[in-house]
Formats: sequence, structure tokens, C-alpha cells
Amino acid sequence: MANDIAKGSIEPGCAKIDPILVADNVTRTFGGNKAVDVAHLEIPRGKITALIGPNGAGKTTLFNLLTGFDKPNTGSWSFAGKDLAGVAPNKVARMGMVRTFQLTKALSLLTVIDNMRLGAQNHPGESFLKSLIKPLWIKQEQEITERADVLLKRFKLDAKREDFAAALSGGQRKLLEMARALMSEPKLVMLDEPMAGVNPALTQSLLEHIKGLKENGTTVLFVEHDMHMVRHISDWVVVMAEGKIVAEGEPDVVMKNPAVIDAYLGAHANTDLGTVSIETVKDGE
Amino acid sequence: MDLTQILLLPLSQLFAATTAAYVLCALGIALHFGYTGLLNFGQAAFAAVGGYAFAIADKTLGLGIFGSLLFAIGCAIVYAFILGIPTLRLRADYLAIVTIAAAETFRFVMVSGQLGPWSGGSEGIDGWGKDFYDLNPIPSAVYNVFGIPLTERQLWADIVGWVVVVICALLMVVLTRSPWGRALKGIREDEDAVRSLGKNVFGYKMQSLILGGVFGALGGVVFSLNSQTVQPTVFGTNFTFMSWTLLLLGGAATVLGPIVGGIVFFVIFLFLQNLLMGLQSSGILPFISGEQAAQIPFVLMGITLMLLVIFRPQGFFGNKKESQING
Repeated sequence: MANDIAKGSIEPGCAKIDPILVADNVTRTFGGNKAVDVAHLEIPRGKITALIGPNGAGKTTLFNLLTGFDKPNTGSWSFAGKDLAGVAPNKVARMGMVRTFQLTKALSLLTVIDNMRLGAQNHPGESFLKSLIKPLWIKQEQEITERADVLLKRFKLDAKREDFAAALSGGQRKLLEMARALMSEPKLVMLDEPMAGVNPALTQSLLEHIKGLKENGTTVLFVEHDMHMVRHISDWVVVMAEGKIVAEGEPDVVMKNPAVIDAYLGAHANTDLGTVSIETVKDGE
Repeated sequence: MDLTQILLLPLSQLFAATTAAYVLCALGIALHFGYTGLLNFGQAAFAAVGGYAFAIADKTLGLGIFGSLLFAIGCAIVYAFILGIPTLRLRADYLAIVTIAAAETFRFVMVSGQLGPWSGGSEGIDGWGKDFYDLNPIPSAVYNVFGIPLTERQLWADIVGWVVVVICALLMVVLTRSPWGRALKGIREDEDAVRSLGKNVFGYKMQSLILGGVFGALGGVVFSLNSQTVQPTVFGTNFTFMSWTLLLLGGAATVLGPIVGGIVFFVIFLFLQNLLMGLQSSGILPFISGEQAAQIPFVLMGITLMLLVIFRPQGFFGNKKESQING
């Protein structure tokens, strides 16, 4: 199958035809433990890339480093051609690279709609002096509220509009966080386990929504353990283990890669757990 | 025991300039803690900065009343920067430790001999603020306000104090209902989330610290102008905790809370103090001294503060869910 993503041969850290995010030699050690050790990574623009790997592989740490929430020991990376190393997290977000968190960070004692409004960028009412004069920001406020309502409807949170975010269930908070990230109309959205805790009925519509993002030209990078989701929506898969990129490629190809099966998926990746007897699993270990 | 005295004197706190001063400090803490989540346990320092700066500008520098006011505000802003730049990146509990230490440090610096010519050492500064009382348009007389005799001088200080409260409260209502206020509340809930949405969290915290600090400094100015003196002992930790009590009484994440909380607090506080001292002096409470009778309300204040935090964190006006100290 011809691929329209990688330039040249497909191997860990391979060059892409049109990368939006390029990272080089990014390392982060905690004590003596090298949590992240990425020699080279390119994320293709306008595609959905999944980042998978076992627990402790460094996926979330890599997210934190790339978005400025943590400082690497070495490394440089650029987003849409702009150098990003050492840039503060709020500035990273303003450049169009917005993330969500594995442990959801809903603003509990703000209403759902206020959570959404806070996601908008370049709001004049958020500056101290302009906030004093309502006519300077009321138009923008109405615009973002309309946009927020559309997103809330799509994420099925419109009934919760006036509730405190604290009153939402875990899955709903996850949805709120994702919807809030989209309020900024990012170029690249980085989702850390977007499906964890979301009920299956909603998963389908979320998947459709993530695909919709791609159609609007947004690049998506997500960490996920749910292999069905990875297979279903991603154009490209990057596999991490022990801080390194161990494989990448198209989903179907990567998941047949013996290194990936060894490191992460396990021998029973394709079997429903219900049909596997305990003994078989133990033997597999 | 003079009953009218016991009942009337506390009522005078309804519109006293000192109440206004504490309310201003509490409004500042409401912005810091109630809206931004900054634990400022050193509000007394902002009040002290305001009071001292005003007194020094008026007496020593001769800047006049408006010049002195601007000088006091300017000094509060500088103090906020000195306090905020190193500490606002710290976690909330560390900020609490630093603010309380900085407040005590400031007070001791003012007492120190080296600054004596400026700050008056432990004596403080008195005999200033004449310009302020010269501006008084109220004819000289003793006025009867709800049965309480007030001189034109006292009336003037009270009116100006409460006008400042109203101006600051209105400013706060506008700000906290704006998208700026929304960003502050977001920071109170989760800094990193707000950062991930592209907001400059440090900048917002600094703006909040400055504005709340300026409110506190204005409180210090009103307080000091009322007595025409500044004294270092006034601005001890007591001052901060009194401001906190009336804030929590009224509701931390509200604007009306500190105002009503302040009035209720001082009326009850003075009533208890007068009652206990009256009872003591007429021999009904033989087991305590007059000194102790005056201190008991402070003990009760501490107990009230604890009970409030445990059982009614939202105060009179707050939304219970929004004011929980712990998630």
C-alpha cells in the first residue's frame, strides 16, 4: 500500500512528507531513570497520529515536555516551523498546540459554559483594563458563547450548561476538557487518553468528532490504550517503550510488528479477554 | 454598668471608619483567596504599607493629600511585586507562609531604630493628616447619628472611609463578573488547566495580588487617617486574622460578604467587649480581671473562625459549593 505520510522508508523516527511537529534528541531523566529518550520524531500535519505504549513508556512525559509543562534535560523541537524549546506552556497553547490531561482538569467550581468560554483565545475581556469596559468585549463574549454552545451540543453536554463542572461524571469531565481545548481552534490538539472513562455509546460519537477535526484541517495526536480506537481512527501510529520510539507506521502494519507485540500488545492482543482462560494468560506471561 | 453605653457604642461600628478599613482589607483578601486561590496571610502588611506610606508622604515629604494617596498606592504596588515575583510560582501553602513572614518582617523593619527618623520607631508617626481634615465641608458641631454623638471630624472620616469601600466594591463587582474574573476563578480551580488554555497564569496572579493589596493599603490609609497616627503594633497578625474572620463570616467568593461580614463582626465584637467589661466592673464576673474581659472576644473570634471554616465555609452569602476550602 502506498503511503502518503512517510518520506522514504518507514522506521522509528522516520521523516514525514509534511511534518507539523519535529522533535530532536529530547531526553528527560527522573533520578537515574531515563523516562523519555526520543532521538527523532515527526508528527504529520493534518493526520491523526496515535501514541501507544505500555504504562511507564514516557508518553505522558513526552506530552508534558512538548507542551512546556515539564523541562527536558536535552533536546529541541519545533511546531509549525517555530522553535518551541523552553517556551512557556501558555505560549505553546497560544501558538495553536493545545493539550488535555490524563487526569482530567475540569475547573470544578466554574459552570460548564464558563469552562468552555475560558478556552477561547485572544479575548479582550480577559485583560485587566479592558475587562472594566463591557462594550469592548461583549461582542466577542457572545461569539464565543455561541461557539461553545455548538460544541457542548456536539459533546452532549448542553443539558449541563449551567451546572458546576464538579457535578459532572468522570467521563463527562473528559468530554468537557476536550471540548474546551477545541474552543481555542487549535492547529494541533494533543489528547491524553481521551476515551478513558467515557461510556461506549459516547465513544462512537467522539470518534466521529475526532475524524471531523481532521476534515477541518486540525492535526490530532493522542495517547490511548484502547486498540479498537487506535485502529479505527488513526492514520499513523507511534509506539513508545522505555522512553524510546520503538516503532511507527500505519496502524495495521504496526500492530503486526513483532517488536510492538512483545513490548505492548502481548500475544493475546486480538483475543477477547472473556474467551481466554486464566491459565493461557498466565502461560503467556 | 451603663446599658445604653453597652448597646449604643457597638452600633457606632455600623458606620465607623475603622470598620470600613477592615472591610477594605477583607475585600482585598476576597480577591486574593476567594477568587484567585492565593492564601495571603499577610494582608496587615499591605495595610501597614498604605498607612506608613501615606503618613510619611504627608508629614515628611509634604506631598499633600492626593499626592500621599498616590504614593501609598504606588508603595503597595511595589510591595506586591517584591512579594509576588519570587512567591507566586510557589504552591498556595508556601505563599501563605511567605506572606505572613513578610508582614511581620515589614512591621519589625518599621520599628527598627535605623528607620526612626522616617517611621518613628515603636512610637509610630502621629500629628499628620491635617490636610485631610481641612477638606472637611461639614460644619463644626456634634451630630446625633442614631443616638450616637459624633463630631464633624469623626463623621468626615467615616463618610470618606465608606465611600472608598463603595468604590472598591463596585470595581470588584465589575471585574469579577468579567472574563478577567473568570480567568482568576479558573486559576483558583486549577492553574495548569488554565495554562494549557493559553492564559498567562503568573500575570493574572500578580494582577490579583496587586489589586487586592491596593485595597488593603487603602484600608490602612483609612484606618490611620481616622486616628491621625500609624503605629506598628496595630498591624500585627491580629489585624490580618480579623480581616480573615470577617471575610469568612460574609463569604469568601463574594463582594457583599466582606462588607456585611465586617459590620456584623464589629458590632458583635464590640458588644461582647463592652458587655464583659461592664459585667466585670460591676462585680458580676469576679473571677476575671478587666484586662481579661477585653481579651475574651479575641478568643471567641478565634473559635468563630474555626467553626466557620469547618461548618459554614461559604459564610452568609457564598455558594457552599464554591467556597469549600478543600475541593
